[in-house]
Amino acid sequence: MTDLATYNFAYLDEQTKRMIRRAILKAIAIPGYQVPFASREMPMPYGWGTGGVQVTASILGPKDVLKVIDQGADDTTNAVSIRAFFQKVADVAVTTKTKEATIIQTRHRIPEEGLREGQTLVYQVPIPEPLRFLEPRETETRKMHALEEYGLMHVKLYEDIARNGHIATTYAYPVKVEGRYVMDPSPTPKFDNPKMHMSEALQLFGAGREKRIYAVPPYTEVVSLDFEDHPFEVQKFDKPCALCGAENVYLDEVVLDDKGGRMFACSDTDHCEDRRDCGHAGHMLARKEAAE
Amino acid sequence: MATPLVVSEVAKSFTMHLRDGIRLPVVANVTFSVKAGECVVLGGPSGVGKSSILKMLYGNYGVDEGQILMEHDGKLVNLATAEPRTVLEVRRATLGYVSQFLRVVPRVSALDIVAEPLQGRGVAIEDARARAAELLSKLNLPTALWSLPPATFSGGEQQRVNIARGFITDHKILLLDEPTASLDAKNRAVVVEMIAEKKAKGTALIGIFHDEEVRDVVADRILDVSAFSPRNAAA
Amino acid sequence: MSAVPLLKVNDVSKFYGSRIGCRNVSFDLFPGEVLAIVGESGSGKTTLLSCLSTRLMPTSGIVEYHMRDGQYRDLARMGEAERRFLMRTDWGFVHQNPADGLRMTVSAGANVGERLMAVGDRHYGNIRAAASDWLERVEIGIDRIDDQPRAFSGGMRQRLQIARNLVTSPRLVFMDEPTGGLDVSVQARLLDLVRGLVHDLGLAAIIVTHDLAVARLLSHRMMVMKDGAVIEQGLTDRVLDDPREPYTQLLVSSILQV
Repeated sequence: MTDLATYNFAYLDEQTKRMIRRAILKAIAIPGYQVPFASREMPMPYGWGTGGVQVTASILGPKDVLKVIDQGADDTTNAVSIRAFFQKVADVAVTTKTKEATIIQTRHRIPEEGLREGQTLVYQVPIPEPLRFLEPRETETRKMHALEEYGLMHVKLYEDIARNGHIATTYAYPVKVEGRYVMDPSPTPKFDNPKMHMSEALQLFGAGREKRIYAVPPYTEVVSLDFEDHPFEVQKFDKPCALCGAENVYLDEVVLDDKGGRMFACSDTDHCEDRRDCGHAGHMLARKEAAE
Repeated sequence: MATPLVVSEVAKSFTMHLRDGIRLPVVANVTFSVKAGECVVLGGPSGVGKSSILKMLYGNYGVDEGQILMEHDGKLVNLATAEPRTVLEVRRATLGYVSQFLRVVPRVSALDIVAEPLQGRGVAIEDARARAAELLSKLNLPTALWSLPPATFSGGEQQRVNIARGFITDHKILLLDEPTASLDAKNRAVVVEMIAEKKAKGTALIGIFHDEEVRDVVADRILDVSAFSPRNAAA
Repeated sequence: MSAVPLLKVNDVSKFYGSRIGCRNVSFDLFPGEVLAIVGESGSGKTTLLSCLSTRLMPTSGIVEYHMRDGQYRDLARMGEAERRFLMRTDWGFVHQNPADGLRMTVSAGANVGERLMAVGDRHYGNIRAAASDWLERVEIGIDRIDDQPRAFSGGMRQRLQIARNLVTSPRLVFMDEPTGGLDVSVQARLLDLVRGLVHDLGLAAIIVTHDLAVARLLSHRMMVMKDGAVIEQGLTDRVLDDPREPYTQLLVSSILQV
């Protein structure tokens, strides 16, 4: 990459990175607690991952290998742009392989492949406050966190069951971290919630517009809220991935034509490719091969 | 025990601040006592302070000076100076009151209005209602009315609900403010009989009865309230 | 008859700068006792209620509460967490405007169940059963349990607010003009309901009202306030039947007779 000299390494100036790192350290020290930070203007609109990008920029080193996913995919606009951004401003190695990455910035998914020690998952967070939709006053939500008053969170789940007969919240499903702070896991599907629990990797959350950073350190208890008689459950898919035949993974619905044809395929594109490389094939692939 | 109510040198006046603060003396030096099983009727011309004395005894009116001693729960209580909650407790357990007018509570049935004082003393609702039903039928209140709130009842019907409510408990002291005022002869006789029963059980009764016939039957003693006129005290 | 007061109020004053909110108020409230605070607008009754319920900090004076563990605690010295816990378990607060005391955008059932969930109840079925039970007690049809209070009439909202407060079996309830914005017929129903609940549950209550009929129907005792001070207090029917102070006499004589 050229023109690197016109930017400081990883775009942000060193003072800003230090400020953000301090916020990150504090967040790690108090798992699940939202640390305010002086979020900077980034060369992209709010909602495109300005929080995640600032966190990534602050922890990125020249030897890191970066992977960026958007809804599980490495090849969507948001992922491609952010990857290109860091290639340009930090000249770091990039990859689509979950195994190879040291830092994975994600929008709304956790990779299917189990993360390991030394890896860091950076979430892009639109609204960090899990109590926000029930309690609009920031002063009040801060107090509720401080005093551990989380009854309201269950009010939300109660409403779900009352209306739908079951907890219908499928994403941004609230969790309690290390038995203390209730946290919004960002709009990941609740399918991914169990992966956060006792994760070997460090998980960092950045909300640029809302100016908050929070974290789940490795090996931290993350429990999804529920009722005794309506326990937390992840989504179940009745078919395996149409491309790689994987079961127990999160699937996206893909519309194939305008006649109602559709298939369900892995949302984690890297995982799906990996499996196909190893010779697994779902029914769509098998059909294609049969047709050839 | 034999004298559950002793009134000693009680005086009462009203200060009417809205009328340039004029002071209206009502009674002074009221002194009497009532024995268990005795019915004392307050007598004298109207406006002499009979109702005021009854209201002081019940605690509705404050007392300027003097003592109103009642035996309550094995102790003597001076109602003239007692705390509100003590007054309420005395009313609950010791002191009953049958007023001329029923203070109607919206939506509560006649039967429950009558049963309430018993319930307040810890009697189970079914038993209290059974006792209430007994009294209401004794007072010839049509059964059809029992489950209705008495707001729409006639004066005589309300009066009978009121009497039943006042008589249902075994309070040691019972104040009667013209309980027979709007009753027909038949029901008057029932009330007279009920008063006699109370006396036999040792209740101390203090009443106002304008109906001379009733008064003569129930009264053991007539206390002329004109004797407590403040003009006499001043003289 | 319990010999120990639930709430001990000693010489409480509140000043807004040099302006007096309320001054030198002292009284004891016993379990099961209903106290009405009456007076005209600006007489300091709402300020006093706020000072007693820790919504305002008194300028001077002490308010002590008899905790369930048998100890008296100075409310001003209590930690915020403990105070808030007390407020949503052992206390209730019924606002004049139900919208101030309800969550208008969650269902009636959740409004009632919130306090239970706040104290750690995690069984949906039990919470819903408790909510149904309370809706029934305040005469709201069970078929309305999943409706939001936005769709309720003023009287229903007020009854829902009461249910929401009483679900944790508090021992003390504060009410600020509970019948304030309601039609007369709706008021009567609410008063009767409150009267029954207070009686059945043995609640102690402090009710601020400018309506003497409310005081007469609900309270055992009353305090009359004027210019921030308590000018007369005593047994409710004594104060109403035999008012002593000029202002109380004026108040009582101003009641319209129907």
